[in-house]
Amino acid sequence: MDTGNHYDTIVIGGGPAGLTAGIYLSRARVKTLILNEGAAGGQMVLTHEIANYPGVETISGYQLSAIMKKQALSFGCKIRSNISIAATELYGDIKKITLSDGSYYTSDTVVIASGGRPRMLGIPGEDELRGKGISYCATCDGDFFTGKEIIVVGGGNSALEEAVSLTKYARKVTVVHQFDHFQAFEYAVREAEDNPAINFLMETVVASFDGQEKLESVLLKNLRTDELTRLRTDGAFIFIGYVPNTEFLRGVIEMNSSGEIIVDDHMATSIKGVFAAGDSIVKRYRQVTTAVGDGTIAALAATAYINEMKMQRKETAVI
Amino acid sequence: MLYTNLKHLETAEDFKKAVSENENVMIICGRMGPMCIPVYEIAEELENEYSHVSFYDMDFDNPASSVLRSLPETYGFMGLPFTFYFKNGKVVKATSSIQSMDQVKTILNSEFPVAVKA
Ligand SMILES: Cc1cc2nc3c(=O)[nH]c(=O)nc-3n(C[C@H](O)[C@H](O)[C@H](O)COP(=O)(O)OP(=O)(O)OC[C@H]3O[C@@H](n4cnc5c(N)ncnc54)[C@H](O)[C@@H]3O)c2cc1C
Repeated sequence: MDTGNHYDTIVIGGGPAGLTAGIYLSRARVKTLILNEGAAGGQMVLTHEIANYPGVETISGYQLSAIMKKQALSFGCKIRSNISIAATELYGDIKKITLSDGSYYTSDTVVIASGGRPRMLGIPGEDELRGKGISYCATCDGDFFTGKEIIVVGGGNSALEEAVSLTKYARKVTVVHQFDHFQAFEYAVREAEDNPAINFLMETVVASFDGQEKLESVLLKNLRTDELTRLRTDGAFIFIGYVPNTEFLRGVIEMNSSGEIIVDDHMATSIKGVFAAGDSIVKRYRQVTTAVGDGTIAALAATAYINEMKMQRKETAVI
Repeated sequence: MLYTNLKHLETAEDFKKAVSENENVMIICGRMGPMCIPVYEIAEELENEYSHVSFYDMDFDNPASSVLRSLPETYGFMGLPFTFYFKNGKVVKATSSIQSMDQVKTILNSEFPVAVKA
């Protein structure tokens, strides 16, 4: 049998949860492969500065990602980034993961650490005008809107905090929010409300983004009156929360209605030999520290599972 | 300063040389930001597979990058990085903001097809 493609564990996702699992597994001499769709580091790469990772006063998300990746590689973990998974076969003692290029890998256990991504509105014009007025990152693209009028879509902490930070550049920021109240901390709400450059359109949603070569206006719908109005705008920043990257496992593994994977205390999922960790599981607090904690537990539980399997195989061989 | 493993363009002369001496060129102009880093990583990964394409980056905050920022193709661009594809010195495609591996490959395959040897 060709064992070149066989690993003890395959980790799906290379954010902090996946990289931590990779570090623990490889260090325990468990042959491990991380298959990662994006850049190693996951959402950490999206963070300019991380100031709440204990032991490190402050670090850019990119640097922290690079260190975690180096640590995993140093223990012999293999990492393939920028791949795309086409199919998974998770039932049975041998798991199989097939990539979109047709290559495949098998393993005894799988750790799912596929994290989350910014939620999109999914309305006309959003795809076409991304990078041409529509943005999901204020620190990246804020300065393109110096002296301009923009909207911020959302009503949580990120939306309000980013709206305030965008007033450094934009002349006027209009927060468009679907409910009549914010789902944010009191201090974030107050800071936004006290800012003279920010105004609010409550109980309102964006129906479409419009413009020829760049965003020029948005169509707004008032949810109480159903009235449609057009607002001229130079930019739109969208902060409407995150969705777990678990679509590829829908119908395969047990999840809640939001698509978050259900796990027990040992990060074990509904499928034998399959564990999950990080932002993709059911939990309240999504942070680098919690992802790292989950990744540790999943790795230790997967190692124990592999050892048990080996013992069982030995016993069967003796009988 | 970009911390990537790509070849860096530092001056307008570097840029001119790159696009005049190579038939197929991809240049990513950005910062070390969250939307840019994934695109550099993708280019780094494709360098071997696409040996007929020359990959470069250029720091968006380097004043010399105006050679790229002032190109007409960037009209309406408001998301970093700005990514350019040059064939024989001419822009054949440009994108704004983050791109996926599949999006980059689709452009490379359509704009820079490999000549099939008879
Ligand atoms: C803007 C921003 C700022 C933040 N700031 C902080 C902060 O200051 N401090 C803090 O502690 N936390 C912060 N967070 C939260 C923190 O980044 C996340 O909680 C953490 O990254 C989650 O880690 P993860 O490994 O579970 O998932 P992710 O970081 O999301 O990584 C998942 C990885 O899996 C990959 N993937 C997805 N689907 C698949 C698939 N089908 N196949 C293969 N790979 C796949 C993704 O490409 C990604 O690389 C911030 C998040 C954001 C977005």
